[in-house]
Amino acid sequence: MPAPRSEVLEIRASDDIVRVRQRVRTASVEVGLGLVDQTKIVTAASELARNTLDYGGGGTAAIEIIDDGGRRGVRIVFEDDGPGIPDISVAMRDGYTTGGGLGLGLSGARRLSNEFDIRSSPGAGTRVMIARWK
Amino acid sequence: MDRIPILKMGHALLVTIQVDMHDQLAMALEEDLTARIAATGARGVLIDISSLEIVDSFIGRMLDSIAAVSRLLDARTVVVGMRPAVAITLVELGLSMPGVNTALNVERGLALIGVSVSGDGEHDAGTEV
Amino acid sequence: MDRSGTMLFADLLGRAKTRIMADWSAELERANARVPGRVSTQELVAQGREVLELLQSAASSGDSDPTSAAYSRLRDLLAEMSRARAFQGFSPTETATFVFSLKKPVFDAFRTEPDLSPDAMSAGLWTATTLIDGLGLFTMEVFQKSREEVIIRQQREISELSTPVVKLWDGVLALPLIGTLDSERTQVVMENLLQSIVDHTAEIAIIDITGVPTVDTLVAQHLLKTVAAARLMGADCIISGIRPQIAQTMVHLGVELNVVSKATLADALALALQRIGRRVVSASPAPAVRASA
Repeated sequence: MPAPRSEVLEIRASDDIVRVRQRVRTASVEVGLGLVDQTKIVTAASELARNTLDYGGGGTAAIEIIDDGGRRGVRIVFEDDGPGIPDISVAMRDGYTTGGGLGLGLSGARRLSNEFDIRSSPGAGTRVMIARWK
Repeated sequence: MDRIPILKMGHALLVTIQVDMHDQLAMALEEDLTARIAATGARGVLIDISSLEIVDSFIGRMLDSIAAVSRLLDARTVVVGMRPAVAITLVELGLSMPGVNTALNVERGLALIGVSVSGDGEHDAGTEV
Repeated sequence: MDRSGTMLFADLLGRAKTRIMADWSAELERANARVPGRVSTQELVAQGREVLELLQSAASSGDSDPTSAAYSRLRDLLAEMSRARAFQGFSPTETATFVFSLKKPVFDAFRTEPDLSPDAMSAGLWTATTLIDGLGLFTMEVFQKSREEVIIRQQREISELSTPVVKLWDGVLALPLIGTLDSERTQVVMENLLQSIVDHTAEIAIIDITGVPTVDTLVAQHLLKTVAAARLMGADCIISGIRPQIAQTMVHLGVELNVVSKATLADALALALQRIGRRVVSASPAPAVRASA
C-alpha cells in the first residue's frame, strides 16, 4: 500500500484553477474512483479553487490521497489569507454570492463531496476541506 | 491569448470546445460569439462540449449567458454532446440551465435550429410506421 | 477439574474411537435418511471421521475452549463444511444436527467405561457437552454468515439484472423499473440510462415505474435528477405508470415531479413516437388478426 502523499499547489491565477482540476483528476484516477465520482470531485475542486482566487485573493490547494485502512479517497484542502467569511451558514446557502457568481460554489461543492468542512472568520482567512471516498 | 475558433455553417455558428478552458478563455469566447452573431446574422449557435470532462458553475454560467445574449440577438443556442457524468454532476451542483437548449450531437443540434428557424410545427408530417 | 475432564474426554476419544465412530455413523445415516439426496451418507461419515480425529488431537492439548488456538484446524474444517451446506441450501437444523449428533455416541461410550468414578464421569461428560455445544454454535454462526453473504450477493445481482434499458424504437429507450428503489440502486439506474442514451443516440427515454411499490422523497428526487441530467444531454424523459398511491404520497411529501408523465407505458410510447414524428396506423383493410407489421 503506497503511503498517503500530498501535493500543494499555488492558486494565483485562473490557469492555476485548471491545474488544480488536472491534479485532482489524476489523484482520483489513481485511487480508482468511478467516472461520475471523478467528475464530481474535480468539479467541486474547481468551484473551491475559484473561490480561493476570487474571494480569498489567492491561496493554496493541498491534494492528498487518503487511506483509512481499506478504503481510499482523495482529499483537498483549500486555504487562503483573505477577508474570511462573516457568516458561514449564510454563505452555504444556494444562490448566495458576493462576487457576481451563481452562488453555487460552497453549497455545490458540499453536495459533490462525501466530506466537507469549512473554517473561516473575518480577517482570518478561509480553510475548506473536501474529500471523496471510493 | 488563445481563442476558441468559431466556424460558420450556413445560418449557424459552430464552436467545438476541446480544451480544459480557463476562465479568461471562456469569457473571451462569450465576447467573440456575441460579435460573430451580430456580424453574420446567424440564426443559431451550436456549442459542442462533447470533449469537456467537467463543466463547473463558471462554464455553466457562460453557457447560460451565451444563450441569453444570443436569444436577444434572435439566434438560438444549442449545447450539444454533454457527457453523462458531466450532466449528473451539473444537476448535483444545482445547475440545470433551463434557458439552454440541448441536443445529443451536432446533427441533432442543427436539426433543432432548422426547425425553429423555419417556424413550422415540429410534428407536422408524421411518417407512418 | 476442567483440565482433567478434557484429558478424560481426549483419552476416551482415543480408546473408543472405533465404537464412537460406528455409533455416530449410524446417527448420521438416520438423520440423512430423513432428507435424502443432498449429500451421501458416505461423505458424511468421512467428514465425521475427520472431525473426530481433529477433535481428539485438540482435546488432548488439555484445552476445553473451542474458540482457542488448539481448535483452529477443527474450526476451519467445520467452517468449510458449514459454508458448503449454506450454499447447497441445507436448513439450519440439518447443519447443526451434524455436530450435535455426536453427543449420544460420546455419552454412551462414557457410560460403558469401566473404572470411572462418578466425579470423573461427571467432569468428562461436562467437558464433552460444552465442547460439542460450542462447536455446534460455531457451525451455526458460520452457516448464518454464509447465508448473509448469499443474500448480499443476490441483492447485487438483482440490482444489476433489474435495470435493463431496452430499445423500443429508433431513438426511444425504456427503463422498466421493478421493485423497491433505494438510493444506491437508483444511482446505478441513473448512470445506466444516461449512458444508454449516448450509446443509442436516443432522444426520448421512458422511465416506467409501474413495478415500483413505493417512492420516498429521496427516490423521487433521484428520478428528478435523472430527468434533469438527461435534458442537459439533449434527451427528454417521460415517466409512466405512477401508481395512484405514489402520486398521492408525492404530493403529500411536497415533491413535485415537474416532468411529463403518462398513465401507462403504452401511452408514453405513443407520445414518444409522436415526438419523433411517427404515427401508428392500422394496416387496413386486411383483417386485424392477420395483419403483420
